[in-house]
Amino acid sequence: MQKMAFRSLIGNGLKTWLNVFVLSFTFVLIIFMQGLLEGWNRQALKDTISWEIAGGQYWSKNYDPYDPFSIDSSAAVLPATLKSDYNAHQIEPVFISKGTIYPGGRMQSVLLKGIRPDQHLLALPTALLKSKGTDIPVIMGAHMAKQANLKVNDMVTLRWRDVNGTFEAIDIRVAGIFSTSVPTVDLGQIWLPLDQLQKMTLQPNASTIIIKSEQVPTQNLAAWPFKDQTELTKETAAMIKAKSNGYTIFYAIFFLLALIAIFDTQTLSIFRRQHEIGTLVALGMTQRQVVGLFTLEGTMNAVLAIIVGTIWGLPLFIAFGVYGLHLPVDTSSFGVPMAVRMFPFFTPKLIIGTISLIIVITALVSYLPARKIARMKPTDAIRGKAL
Amino acid sequence: METIVEVKNLVKKFHIGNGFFTALKGLDLKFTEGEFAGLVGPSGSGKTTLLNIIGTLDLPSEGEVIVLGKSVGKLTPKDAAQLRKEELGFIFQNYNLLPVYTVYENVEFPLLLLNMSSDARKQRVMETLEWVGLTDKVNSRPSQLSGGECQRVAIARAMVKRPKLVLADEPTANLDAANSHNILQTMEKLNKELKTTFIFATHDEKVIGYLRRKIMLADGKVISDEIVEKPVNSTVQQITK
Repeated sequence: MQKMAFRSLIGNGLKTWLNVFVLSFTFVLIIFMQGLLEGWNRQALKDTISWEIAGGQYWSKNYDPYDPFSIDSSAAVLPATLKSDYNAHQIEPVFISKGTIYPGGRMQSVLLKGIRPDQHLLALPTALLKSKGTDIPVIMGAHMAKQANLKVNDMVTLRWRDVNGTFEAIDIRVAGIFSTSVPTVDLGQIWLPLDQLQKMTLQPNASTIIIKSEQVPTQNLAAWPFKDQTELTKETAAMIKAKSNGYTIFYAIFFLLALIAIFDTQTLSIFRRQHEIGTLVALGMTQRQVVGLFTLEGTMNAVLAIIVGTIWGLPLFIAFGVYGLHLPVDTSSFGVPMAVRMFPFFTPKLIIGTISLIIVITALVSYLPARKIARMKPTDAIRGKAL
Repeated sequence: METIVEVKNLVKKFHIGNGFFTALKGLDLKFTEGEFAGLVGPSGSGKTTLLNIIGTLDLPSEGEVIVLGKSVGKLTPKDAAQLRKEELGFIFQNYNLLPVYTVYENVEFPLLLLNMSSDARKQRVMETLEWVGLTDKVNSRPSQLSGGECQRVAIARAMVKRPKLVLADEPTANLDAANSHNILQTMEKLNKELKTTFIFATHDEKVIGYLRRKIMLADGKVISDEIVEKPVNSTVQQITK
């Protein structure tokens, strides 16, 4: 039966190959785009953990990252129960304050983030914050430096308010510029030594968030609610999921085109091959078996599409998997962690799921016109007058 | 002689608009093993309708048709398919070969439906193709064959499973005289050698010339049912002479 279905399918010539190509394009596109989103998701998660989250964060209970007016008043003293982890560098307090810099005579609001220069939990090059002289070294992300038009060793004036509301100003030195795909440690932010920022704001021992190593257990602190990796990356994950859902519309359109072509071919095929249908019944097949045969034949479009898609899609997948996909646009303003070069990640679930979906839907679309065969009178079919 | 087909008071009506057209009007016939019989008559006389009912492709409206001991009207679609698969062979006017298959595969197809083993299939197909003289065309496709060759493939396909009954509907309608005689002689030979019952529906004089039983139909009724002692075209008769 499979052989017969395959022969008939190939016998349809160019029409079959057109269907197969459209279906294979859809199939490769779905897997590639979903793989790209999966790769992005993984890269975003990995980079966010590496640059910003580590094993999770304790937030001062008054800290609200979306309320700039409360940031200065949200800092609190490091809890005593975390002291030993602090000394062992298993936690890293980050003190967040607001300030303004004046690069090239312009004014730009910034978020000041104090962190210990000898921390090892985040990928930030904080070793550059170790001061060798009297100046205040700061580091910033490449996008921030680009926005402020600053280079390494440039001096820029920083103004801030201390805990009493008094404005202060000092020149700071750009000790390093780092490149990261995580915009939340880059855009509008300046990193400086923790003790320096505490001194500047007259808030000794103050911190706003505490970054925790994955090696130490989480403590339940009433004044410092803990946010785990899932919670801290949920917005990124939600955005990627929303994008994935958005792409579904494109997949559906492509898939629909392929399915319409298959439906059309099947309908035409059944009309053209009435003699054959009648003959098969006369030779001893039941009409249900003939329906099954034609459904199988239509479904084989999907099987062929998978083979053809593998032939041209697999090298493409491998190439993108090795070299990645270079994004031609600046992604820093997108607000989500996005590397300049994205690497798709193809999971067995994605591949098997997509293949199964395509086969099942193609089978269904092939079955719908084939149902007509069950209603044909074999005697009319033999004469080619059943439809 | 074993009764192959028994037709009892067969009536077949077709819906036409709000009414009926009665194609067969109370036929009574009996066919036994090894007959080489023909339903003869003009278009619309009911030949093909009767052949279709005997072939379990259609159902009687009234009366009964018993094929190899099974009442056609009482068969489930599955049982009818089983009967066709195992015991009946069909030969059509337009050959109805499967166009994407080779000659070998077309002839092999009924045996595939019978789940016969590969070796047995091969032996049976080659033997049957030898009968019809097409061993040199095994790999050809129907589109590469002449009309006569196509019909010989159709005969081989009908005969390959050694059916008890072969139903041939206007088998020579698309053939020239030489090819018509050729395939009729082949069928006559198979009828003699294998004792297969052949029932033709025809109005072709060449076919009629081979029949050993001639049933004249007109307007859905049997006008005459005559045994032909000496068919004019029969090679078997000529040999006997």
